[in-house]
Amino acid sequence: MSVMQFKNRGNKPTKAGFGEGLLEAGKANKKVVAIGADITASVGVDLFSSAFPGRFISLGIAEQNCMGVSAGLALMGKIPVFATYGVFSALRTTDQIRVSLCYNNLHVIIGGAHAGVSVGPDGATHQALEDIAVMRVMPNMTVLSPCDATQTRLAVIAAIEQCKGPVYLRFGREAMPDFTSPDMGFEAGKAQLFHEGSDVAIIATGHMTWEAMQAAIELQKEGINARVINIHTIKPLDESAVITAARECGAIVTAEEHQVAGGLGSAVSEVVSGNYPVPIEFIGMKDSFGESGPPLELMKKFGLTSENILKSCFAALQRKI
Amino acid sequence: MAFSLINGIPGLSQKARAIRKSVVMSLAESGSGHLGGSMSSADILTTLYFSVMQHDPCNPSWPGRDRFILSIGHIAPVFYATLAEAGYFPKEELLNLRKLGSRLQGHPGRDHGLPGLELSAGSLGQGLSVAVGMAIAAGMDNMGNRFYCLCGDGELQEGSVWEAAMAAAHHNLNNLVLIIDRNGLQIDGNTEKVMALEPLKKKWEAFGWDTLECDGHDFRSLISAFQKTGIEQSRPSVIIAKTVMGKGIRSIEGDYRWHGKAPTKEQAEEFISELEI
Repeated sequence: MSVMQFKNRGNKPTKAGFGEGLLEAGKANKKVVAIGADITASVGVDLFSSAFPGRFISLGIAEQNCMGVSAGLALMGKIPVFATYGVFSALRTTDQIRVSLCYNNLHVIIGGAHAGVSVGPDGATHQALEDIAVMRVMPNMTVLSPCDATQTRLAVIAAIEQCKGPVYLRFGREAMPDFTSPDMGFEAGKAQLFHEGSDVAIIATGHMTWEAMQAAIELQKEGINARVINIHTIKPLDESAVITAARECGAIVTAEEHQVAGGLGSAVSEVVSGNYPVPIEFIGMKDSFGESGPPLELMKKFGLTSENILKSCFAALQRKI
Repeated sequence: MAFSLINGIPGLSQKARAIRKSVVMSLAESGSGHLGGSMSSADILTTLYFSVMQHDPCNPSWPGRDRFILSIGHIAPVFYATLAEAGYFPKEELLNLRKLGSRLQGHPGRDHGLPGLELSAGSLGQGLSVAVGMAIAAGMDNMGNRFYCLCGDGELQEGSVWEAAMAAAHHNLNNLVLIIDRNGLQIDGNTEKVMALEPLKKKWEAFGWDTLECDGHDFRSLISAFQKTGIEQSRPSVIIAKTVMGKGIRSIEGDYRWHGKAPTKEQAEEFISELEI
């Protein structure tokens, strides 16, 4: 596998993939129902609500109730999908998720929209940067973080048809490169090798996977072969892919549009330190909030670009024994 | 097939007395747990399980059953005692309350496999939302089940309860009944001093619920309230059941200090002999 096999077919927001996948899953399975917390169109659920008005439940700006209602629907055999901005769906309702969903181990799909600083002008309150950390510590929870719109479409369908128990699926707002092929499929819990290499491994998730691929192209020009691994499932993490990367590459860079603390970087280092310790450099938010601004400018400001990944790769290589 | 319900007040009183005794025995054995609210809710649960709900202890997953959602998870002792009295599991198991490896968790946990338990709960203010979701699902599929949710009065201080209240009325859930154990007390004392709930009836009416009040220790009053629920075809119903914390044991009645306390073995003997009179 090589990054050269991927082409950006045009920028597209991952939320569009979420909406398309939900519609498709809804057509295939009558048990799928969706819940609206006022921002239905903004999170891509309007496609489903227009197609299946009888299976759409509007509950208003009351996220805690939305989560409890989802639990009740699941107890009666429905497959509820509740999407709103990740700051609300993962964080405002954390106790409902913990007790009503996770402790009861109910198959509910939680959509976390507006992930990362690339949300842009709305600013810090609406940029989900702590959701992975909080969701991945919940027993029974699966955490998905697809890398582009095409993969997000497949991720919703997999969340509904393949996963068991509660699933948190995070996606973004800004139009970003859409580059994966639908033929790649989606196997929850399985890391994807996007570029072969054994000098250093870049383990990325969400929008940062594309940035990681750009960094790998630049590194190649310098004669460095970086392995690029896309992690669309943060929990359960594909531990064997991570351990193999540590063993074969000897240095790792993680990249995520999320706090490094508790996120993919933490998840990877938990596995690496316990199995095959190698130097790790972390790309992500460093214990700070985001702010308002154009999405790509914000990615630059907070060090979430291919250039930053490139620099971290050099830093990791220098620490390699 | 539903199990046969009890007709007649003496039969219900006898069940309630047996349930109260089980509560005292299981709490004395566990050494911790919530006696006060268990005793105030005992007659409500007796009415539901022996006079109101369609259910089958021999077939706990019967799809046609009415559902009982315990939102106020800490009164698990009286809920377990009621389930055992109805025949969901042997009464001897009540002595395993709160013990390691027990199906009778301190707050109900479904993963331990207790028959008749619909929902793991214990964090206050969540059960009504779950019941709303269940009632909506049943409505979507034109199922005739009814959904009964029990909340404590102090629990109504949780804002999420009112989110659920709005949703139930908005979605016209006439298959949903909320029962409030209005014993007037919470851990810090009188509800009206801790965080006032009154005028409670007006609040529920304003939220669009068919609002009923009853004496939560009088079976005639309870049954009559339940019979009035669902009559208005487009609204959910709430029954504010006026109760007394610790009901049935005179020395602890109305004493908020018994909210989260278990009796010693000596106290338990005393309480049980009082309940036998």
